[in-house]
Amino acid sequence: MKTYLPSKFLIERDPERCIQCQVCVNQCSFDVHYYDAEDDEVRSREENCVGCHRCALFCPTRAITISRNPMDYRENYNWRPEVIEDIIKQAETGGVLLTGMGNDKGQRIYWDHLVLNASQVTNPSIDPLREPMELTTYLGRKSDRVELEPDSHCLKTELAPQVKLEVPVMFTAMSYGAVSLNVHKSLARAATEMGTLWNTGEGGLHPDLYQYGSNTIVQVASGRFGVHPEYLDAAQVIEIKIGQGAKPGIGGHLPGEKVSTEVSLTRMIPQGTDALSPAPQHDIYSIEDLSQLIYALKEATNYTKPVSVKIAAVHNSAAIASGMVRAGADIIVLDGLRGATGAAPKVIRDNVGIPIEMALASVDSRLRQEGIRNQASIVVSGGIRNSGDVAKAIALGADAIYIGTAALVALGCHVCQQCHTGKCAWGICTTDLALTKRVNPDIGARRLANLLRGWSLELKDILGGMGINALESLRGNRLHLRGIGLTDTELEILGVRMAGS
Amino acid sequence: MAQKETNRVMKIDASGVSYRELNARLRDMTSNGTSKIELRNVYGQRYIGTDLGKPVNIEVFGTPGNDLGAFMDGPRITVHGNAQDGCGNTMNEGEIIVHGHAGDILGLSARGGRIFVRDDVGYRAGIHMKEYGNKKPVVVIGGTAQDFPGEYMAGGILILLGLNLTEEERHKAKFIGTGMHGGVIYLRGIIEDYQLGKEVGVAELEEKDYQILQKFVGEFAAHFGYKAKGILKHNFIKLFPRWLRPYGRLFAY
Ligand code: SF4
Ligand code: SF4
Repeated sequence: MKTYLPSKFLIERDPERCIQCQVCVNQCSFDVHYYDAEDDEVRSREENCVGCHRCALFCPTRAITISRNPMDYRENYNWRPEVIEDIIKQAETGGVLLTGMGNDKGQRIYWDHLVLNASQVTNPSIDPLREPMELTTYLGRKSDRVELEPDSHCLKTELAPQVKLEVPVMFTAMSYGAVSLNVHKSLARAATEMGTLWNTGEGGLHPDLYQYGSNTIVQVASGRFGVHPEYLDAAQVIEIKIGQGAKPGIGGHLPGEKVSTEVSLTRMIPQGTDALSPAPQHDIYSIEDLSQLIYALKEATNYTKPVSVKIAAVHNSAAIASGMVRAGADIIVLDGLRGATGAAPKVIRDNVGIPIEMALASVDSRLRQEGIRNQASIVVSGGIRNSGDVAKAIALGADAIYIGTAALVALGCHVCQQCHTGKCAWGICTTDLALTKRVNPDIGARRLANLLRGWSLELKDILGGMGINALESLRGNRLHLRGIGLTDTELEILGVRMAGS
Repeated sequence: MAQKETNRVMKIDASGVSYRELNARLRDMTSNGTSKIELRNVYGQRYIGTDLGKPVNIEVFGTPGNDLGAFMDGPRITVHGNAQDGCGNTMNEGEIIVHGHAGDILGLSARGGRIFVRDDVGYRAGIHMKEYGNKKPVVVIGGTAQDFPGEYMAGGILILLGLNLTEEERHKAKFIGTGMHGGVIYLRGIIEDYQLGKEVGVAELEEKDYQILQKFVGEFAAHFGYKAKGILKHNFIKLFPRWLRPYGRLFAY
């Protein structure tokens, strides 16, 4: 069928600069550049270009410029180019539109409408370069009260298992299969170096990575891929995945193209088959059932590690979160509307769920009202972009933050949203061995550790400016936030006052 | 000392004991090298057999609770009574023998080991079982099953014998093998086409299928005092996944 889709991008190759080296031909995994032997010239099929910039950055002479195709449709606010092109795609394939990465739509990003405070005159700010600053965070259930032995003054209360983070930023669940082994290695090493945690996602843990167990969160999802006693024992935290911000209520579906020999071994499914994660966990149909799985995992690991439960942020998250805490979750993870994915139906990604800022504020408030906020740590994810977002999330009530897309960008990702194709030219979101070697785990770990180091320094600057020397003092302290350009209802849900008030 | 414990049958009276305490005692006993444990008066305690990681023999008298043998890695559990939901949930290795019925999601996502149930089972038996190489879970059900047995199966062997059905009586389950993309189901007795999931195909048995049946039906018969020959005389069908990627054509890129 002839396609009616126009090219998304234009590719210009400066003939003055191009030396016909064919680096672009080899770098492109989307079949854009090719060598025309007859004319002895490198050419492009621009209709295939996804805008990942791999060629442009690897061209030795910087001869390539990629720009958006300026072909305009007649202006129409309702029938925007994306809307038209989605219909064309479906008319030509008859399928569910699949996409990668997080929601790219214009729903309000509340972080951009929140501003932080700083000390002026009435209390001194602190210079973080010369004074101690504390970012240490402990995740896990905190006791209602602690008792000491009267004589020895030793701790009498038995504490629930806690996990120490040097930086309140962790790498979120990205499964082996969705991303490559080299990405997992990069994440695991960076987490180990920086004293934080990385998360296996739901595809199991490759044998080479058990050595990083003490910085690893292992996931137990509906597909139960790679879940066995050794896997659970290796981890620092076990996370039950109920949902994910990019596709609340939807199961996973790792396309067969990505189920290579090694992925098939780790997941224990036939090679080349689609790895299906059912929409629900079939042993969880209620809060009571969730509790049953939480305690099954605690029993399986003899109560030695916190069990976390991750949900997508949806309308009634606050009530669900309360149930989760009462069910025995030591950590609850909220993944917002902008949470990314290796593959999700576009209609779900762009239309289902609520912004993480709203979910976080309402969950934190609800748990406080019920007097159970101490019983679980709150971790949030879904589109966190920089240390400013991190600081605002902490002030809204989060204990720690998960990053996914930001980590992949650190590894080279240019957010081209093609993760579901298995062809990632940056070698991140693919299991094609020719591509995965593009991520060198040593360099990858360095880039990730650098990012976290940068954010830690910035967080300390932010804290110092407020006159605070420990992140703990910012946590849930919404007085340090003010809103701009928000309605009364939005301010009320966020529990934040208007700037100037 | 340890030697002595190995040979002794350790007994626990489970009445009034919480699951947490019961499992703690099981952990203690197995780490001391005990190889046979008898649990009396079990009344719904969950997770029995989890986190033991040894080939210990556990005899359960009474009614164990949900998630019996969840994440189990090695023990052999014999239940003299009925098992509840989630029996053998994500089991890795070991054996569960139930002299009675079992509830829903029997063997959910099992990765290895064997489960034998003498009578009927609930919904979604054998759902999403997996396999790789020689690691292959086997579930044998003597009676019949409720809907969705073998759903999403990615590996393993599910055998449904229907021994308590009369000659003319159909199996009860519908949506058998829905979403199946690996593994195999052997079914004895009659079913209609509409009871099968869209993703399964039906085939006659071959020689190697009979060998598989002989082995596992043989074990089943030995556990529950049946004659394997009599069971195997009957007609069996084999259900297999028609496609490796049942949902491969659902998407537009
Ligand atoms: S990589 Fe650059 S210089 Fe080499 S062929 Fe492509 S455009 Fe020309
Ligand atoms: S991970 Fe790769 S495919 Fe996915 S958005 Fe980033 S660059 Fe594109």
